[in-house]
Amino acid sequence: MTLTARIRHRFPDFTLDVDLHLPGRGVSALFGQSGSGKTTCLRCLAGLEQAADAYIEVNGQVWQDSQRGLFLPPHQRPLGYVFQEASLFTHLSVRRNLEYGWRRIRPHQRKVQWEQACGLLGIRHLLERMPGHLSGGERQRVGIARALLTSPGLLLMDEPLAALDSQRKAEILPYLERLHDELEIPVVYVSHAQDEVARLADHLVLLDKGQVQASGPVSQTLARLDLPLALGDDAGVVIEGRVVGHDADYQLLSLGLPGSTLHLRVAHGPLAPGSALRAKVQARDVSLSLDGQGQSSILNRLPAVVTGWRAADNNAHVLVSLDVDGTALLARITRYSWDQLGLAVGSGVWGQIKAVAVLA
Amino acid sequence: MPLDASDLSAIWLTVKLASLTTLLLLVIGTPIAWWLARTRSRLRGPVGAVVALPLVLPPTVIGFYLLLAMGPNGFIGHATQALGLGTLTFSFAGLVIGSAIYSLPFVVQPLQNAFTAIGDRPLEVAATLRASPWDCFFTVVMPLARPGFVTASILGFAHTVGEFGVVLMIGGNIPDKTRVVSVQIYDHVEAMEYGQAHWLAGAMLVFSFLVLLALYGRGHAKARWS
Repeated sequence: MTLTARIRHRFPDFTLDVDLHLPGRGVSALFGQSGSGKTTCLRCLAGLEQAADAYIEVNGQVWQDSQRGLFLPPHQRPLGYVFQEASLFTHLSVRRNLEYGWRRIRPHQRKVQWEQACGLLGIRHLLERMPGHLSGGERQRVGIARALLTSPGLLLMDEPLAALDSQRKAEILPYLERLHDELEIPVVYVSHAQDEVARLADHLVLLDKGQVQASGPVSQTLARLDLPLALGDDAGVVIEGRVVGHDADYQLLSLGLPGSTLHLRVAHGPLAPGSALRAKVQARDVSLSLDGQGQSSILNRLPAVVTGWRAADNNAHVLVSLDVDGTALLARITRYSWDQLGLAVGSGVWGQIKAVAVLA
Repeated sequence: MPLDASDLSAIWLTVKLASLTTLLLLVIGTPIAWWLARTRSRLRGPVGAVVALPLVLPPTVIGFYLLLAMGPNGFIGHATQALGLGTLTFSFAGLVIGSAIYSLPFVVQPLQNAFTAIGDRPLEVAATLRASPWDCFFTVVMPLARPGFVTASILGFAHTVGEFGVVLMIGGNIPDKTRVVSVQIYDHVEAMEYGQAHWLAGAMLVFSFLVLLALYGRGHAKARWS
């Protein structure tokens, strides 16, 4: 399955003009500031907003083609939609909320089973409650399960965590990750939080003022120096590695870099070799040195080549992009160090990684 | 027995008229209220104003125009005569139509408010859960707007019971056909039967108070729960 969406629509305050080609699997994040048009984009995909000029094709099925005057109303599109506020029907119990979409799907088209959805979102014990008696996190989990139970061919999520405090967010994120790992449903996920994108997204679309600024695999897009992402506090890269071994004595997991014999070591319990693991390396946790010698407490030192650099958001720092045997890394170092080490594009360096965060 | 046969007949006629009118208004008023709550059409203002007209017009004005329209030379009169129904003036059916127009805003406005309060979101959610617009109306909108339907029914019924001017203009004062309680009281007073008038007037007062108590007491109970 693939998703193609060409959407052009003039709003009073901005014009949405995007041309999206998203992969048919995994999570694609629409990322941008508020007002960048990401939610509008999602609403157009769902048909909740009818763009004046649009061509939307999902899985070979045309949902909108304004040139032919074709517009499939939302209730005829095989999609699931999770709203920012869970928006449960207040007059129905949790069970009846879940049944609302479930019952409208023909039995032989139900791919997501009742037990599976309730188990995945951990809501079995909530079924008889009314929405008014749920916490914000519980409500959102029910909202997600309700959307899943329509066995959608595409799941659209509009900042499902934005209305929650950080504790509730942390409570839901693992459920979203399980969704990602256990269901084959492609997801388009709208967010303005870089940490959510780093944890969940496989593909990243950066939106700005209604236009697509960048679109590509998350590991490549986050590492690009020419995007504003590199300047943020959270700047860093996502590495999709595979477990190659575990040191039981020191409790260190070895994570092989994709397509490389190099690996990162990270404090983590044992995992089966070969299992996929996602890790984030923040730009500010990477320092550079010219030789790989010398005693240090830093665990991970990898040979790298400087592929680019740019001034940071302040005059004291620069951002350096590195290539580590095919894996992109970002380093945020002082401009002084850059000059002292005499670095330039093409320089061979050692990237010293102070911290690796395992995401999933 | 303080109420004689003609009083009881007037009460029965009033209840029948108010019930039928309320039913008719729920059927007609619901789509009007839904349209007023949802439309972005420029006609929204004018239609809303027409619906609200009975709030401000003297009942005699409504009655006068209805009398002309339903009379033998009016456009409604022409239609009903062509259908072999005769004219509707001075008939119970004519009273139901007159009452429906007279009480229209009392049904449409609570419904419109209830529909507006629901907002877009539940409708969007229902659509993404595969509910067609009709399906959504019956399974989401109607249950969520239930308090609005209750208020609309109570107000429509009570306001029709309290009608006098329109009835007198288009229905006259025919026992068992158009003589409702308010007209009956008028008759008693005209005939200096103050005792009889007291009983009926008192009954109306108590009824009206109880209706309003039900309406406002309900709001109070709900506020306490939320």
